[in-house]
Amino acid sequence: MLNKHEKIETNAILLLVLILITVAIGGLVEIVPLYTIESTIEKVQGVRPYTPLELAGRNIYLREGCYNCHSQMIRPFRDEVERYGHYSLAAESMYDHPFQWGSKRTGPDLARVGGKYSNEWQAAHLIKPQEVVPESIMPPYPHLLAHELSMPDIDAHLRTVRTVGVPYSDDMIQNAASDLAGQADPNGDHEALLARYPKAAVGDFDGDPAKLTEMDALIAYLQILGRMVDFTDLETQDLLQ
Amino acid sequence: MPTKVEKDAFTGTDTTGHEWDGIKELNTPLPKWWLYTFYASILFAVVWWVLYPSWPGINGYAKGVLGSNQRLDLDHRMAEAKAAQATYYDRLASASVAEINQDPELLNFALVGGQVAFNENCAGCHALGGAGQSIYPTLADDDWLWGGTLEAIEQTINYGIRNGHEQARFNEMPAFGEILEPAQIEDVTDYVLSLGGTSGNAEAAARGQALFAENCASCHGDDGKGLQDMGAPNLTDPIWLYGSQRPQIVAQIVKPRQGVMPAWSTRLDPATIKLLTVYVHSLGGGQ
Repeated sequence: MLNKHEKIETNAILLLVLILITVAIGGLVEIVPLYTIESTIEKVQGVRPYTPLELAGRNIYLREGCYNCHSQMIRPFRDEVERYGHYSLAAESMYDHPFQWGSKRTGPDLARVGGKYSNEWQAAHLIKPQEVVPESIMPPYPHLLAHELSMPDIDAHLRTVRTVGVPYSDDMIQNAASDLAGQADPNGDHEALLARYPKAAVGDFDGDPAKLTEMDALIAYLQILGRMVDFTDLETQDLLQ
Repeated sequence: MPTKVEKDAFTGTDTTGHEWDGIKELNTPLPKWWLYTFYASILFAVVWWVLYPSWPGINGYAKGVLGSNQRLDLDHRMAEAKAAQATYYDRLASASVAEINQDPELLNFALVGGQVAFNENCAGCHALGGAGQSIYPTLADDDWLWGGTLEAIEQTINYGIRNGHEQARFNEMPAFGEILEPAQIEDVTDYVLSLGGTSGNAEAAARGQALFAENCASCHGDDGKGLQDMGAPNLTDPIWLYGSQRPQIVAQIVKPRQGVMPAWSTRLDPATIKLLTVYVHSLGGGQ
């Protein structure tokens, strides 16, 4: 029996068919349950799509390669939970395309950095990290403050992620351009925006209220990270997968 | 295809029986240690599948006979850690910060635990040891914006400053650039400098005194020594958050910077906030 492999190795079509069957089994076992198991994503309240400004900030986060040093996944270990807060849930990144979990931590995990620092600190830190954290080895990102945010097609961005399952409403897409600028306007009326996107941080983010910069977008994104779900009344039993 | 297995004269090992252009290949068996390790790891995997969560199914997954779950395990570990420190945490929960400060044993626990929490959560702005940096106040001196008593520090840590939390400390110095004339602002600046003992233009300072009484004294006090209830800083001491030089003072009058501190009650548990309060109070300036 052990010598039968010669038969397969000398018959290209047979080899191909058998490879296909083997790979298909692996694929089916790994992929099919993702569509049928209902417990992979915890049922928690509060996770919403990103605001247009947060989404733009997320794009800058990806562009600048922040994920190369920062993960966004607090693992269910005591040391991580005591340092960063509640462990991350699958539900919290269900609207991330792609998710930013990662395992490379040159810098700290950012899954719950929202609200941990003031906007002023975030701006000062991005301009020159060593200004506020002397021992930091993070590179500076002062150019984000110099670049005005250019997102003429923000509604198309929202529509694009809607096609992969993020529940942006027509109302959200219609108001995308005004929400983009409105969120960072310190004197604006944010009521409608906050109705569409609860808990969003509003106001000037980068210390320059006159301009909407990439820094505004990135800080708006950082300030919502990990804040959508309210964990006060959640028990472990509610979160078992 | 020739399948003529020969014994190689030099090594004593069989060949595979294949021959390409006169080249033959030895059919050297796998080292025994490698082969048995391989079998053992297959066996290990089977045991693992039975004991731990593993194979996905259509509606769920094999939970494993041990019933292991990382999230439940974490609960156990947290409970274990809490039990190990229960003698302290039980007392911390009911004790006020003042009582903790009086109790040598709890104080010792709070100073160590408070430092750990401070380094992770507070040092990003206030620097290690509360040394202060940039536009973030020093916590190791006895100059306090919102009060340096244990209760005041606990309040500030719990709810923060100007962060939108409904119980946050809040004040807003008006932008006097829109209220006073530039010359008047220069006069007030001269007066403010004179409060700290810097002699400048005495005539301007005298004019500035009247303007100060009218515009600034309601928060900073008639004598300029500040009011901690309002979070208004003392202007007569040499400690300046946004700089003591004339242009910096002018800038702060024209368009004041309003520092923000997060509300930590939304992130940390009450016991940790008590530890932090006692730690910050101990840094040198607690009242």
